[in-house]
Amino acid sequence: MIALLSRDLALAVRAGGGFGLGLAFFLIVTVLVPFGVGPDTELLSRIAPGILWVGALLACLLSLDRIFALDWEDGSLDLLATAPLPLEALVSLKALAHWITTGLPLVLAAPVLGVLMSLPPEGYLWIVASLAVGTPALSVIGTFGAALTVGIKRGGLLLSLLVLPLYVPTLIFGAEVARRGAEGLATATPLALLGGVTCGTIALLPFASAAVLRINLR
Amino acid sequence: MMPDLGKYAFAVLASYGASLALLAVIVWASLRRARKVRAELEQVEARRDAKG
Amino acid sequence: MEQRASASLWEWANPVKFLRLTEWLLPWVSWGAAICLAVGLVWGFFFTPDDFRQGSTVKIIYLHVPAALMAINIWIMMLAASLVWVIRRHHVSALAAKAAAPVGVVMTLIALVTGALWGQPMWGTWWAWDPRLTSFLILFLFYLGYVALWEAIENPDTAADLTAVLCLVGSVFALLSRYAVLFWNQGLHQGASLSLDAEENVHDVFYLPLLVCIAGFVLLFVALLLLRTRTEIRARRIKALMARERMG
Repeated sequence: MIALLSRDLALAVRAGGGFGLGLAFFLIVTVLVPFGVGPDTELLSRIAPGILWVGALLACLLSLDRIFALDWEDGSLDLLATAPLPLEALVSLKALAHWITTGLPLVLAAPVLGVLMSLPPEGYLWIVASLAVGTPALSVIGTFGAALTVGIKRGGLLLSLLVLPLYVPTLIFGAEVARRGAEGLATATPLALLGGVTCGTIALLPFASAAVLRINLR
Repeated sequence: MMPDLGKYAFAVLASYGASLALLAVIVWASLRRARKVRAELEQVEARRDAKG
Repeated sequence: MEQRASASLWEWANPVKFLRLTEWLLPWVSWGAAICLAVGLVWGFFFTPDDFRQGSTVKIIYLHVPAALMAINIWIMMLAASLVWVIRRHHVSALAAKAAAPVGVVMTLIALVTGALWGQPMWGTWWAWDPRLTSFLILFLFYLGYVALWEAIENPDTAADLTAVLCLVGSVFALLSRYAVLFWNQGLHQGASLSLDAEENVHDVFYLPLLVCIAGFVLLFVALLLLRTRTEIRARRIKALMARERMG
């Protein structure tokens, strides 16, 4: 299991895969938004939590099709499926690898980009906390979407369409935590709900992803 | 005959127009595909029967 | 008795029997739908008074409410059909779910469009990020994703399996989104127009034609569903026969 995880991580870092791309996309979004809406600091600091969340979500979405695509193309996915490791564990590992290469850098980059968006000082802790709690759900849901579309050529657009509505609850709760945090309001309720969504998806979705992968490999 | 719709005539008429048009599209598309598939199936079955 | 009743239900799962049964049933349902829709809509459009607050826009509910009801119920029907497919592997069930989805797309679209047209004079805006509106937009996305997934996959059995799982997972997330959206924004939208609690109901003058319209929409959906499922069954048969032809 550890070997598989480190293999995935090594591939992601070395092949210039999702690792830099998601982060670069996140940076691009947060740099471009002020150009789009104007340099008004007050306005920027009001929309900062939402923009950071949307940017993180899109950056995540961008790298999803790489989760299974390479392994599918060179046939190693069939090998992994016949390995003694259950498929549920495999998809969980894939989601974990995706989170480490995409979600974690986004969490770490968020405070830096928050400066660009003139995020109010109370907001830094909460944007990091909400992303740290929420991005695992994004990775797990994304893995389900990637498993659904693994056999489809040019499945990228379809993958985005399928995953988009599934991301809505996570985005709503996550952005709500960050917004309330930035405005100095109580954040316990949305944070608990966000945590609930994350725990629920981590606990249940790998079974759906594994089932879907089995169907696709049949 | 036409009821007086007052100042909301546009909203009401546009709603009816758009909805009926959408329903017509789905009905028409379903019927067209049904006819096409049916004809094709008959063709294929005839070919099979001809072969014996 | 009950044994026989359930046995007759599963007879629908046999494609040949399904074709024969629906051959007989389809004209009845279609005419019923046409009559109900014609009566309900003409009644609603020409012979109901204006509401004292909403003016003539109240006539839009004869399209908006039934379409919105159907949009949700078609998804539930697809969920049930997907479950039957996953558990009992009846092909007709999977094909029925496939056949229902585009009708659901149209119903959701009607609900959204009529809602926007009604909202413009009443709320002063075409679109508001109100919980109900937002939930319907999300439902619309789910429908689109479902249809797109069916279209994208070559092998029909794989497609049926994958879309069934998507439907199951999607239902959970649709429910979750509903509560998330409620949490996110308290809305403008009025409560239920129809419920068993008579106090909440719309006024009687509007109520009866609305019921006829709902019956019309339900029958129209059933007619379209039967028609489209028959088409899907035939399309599957063509595929099978063609495959056999190629085999020699």
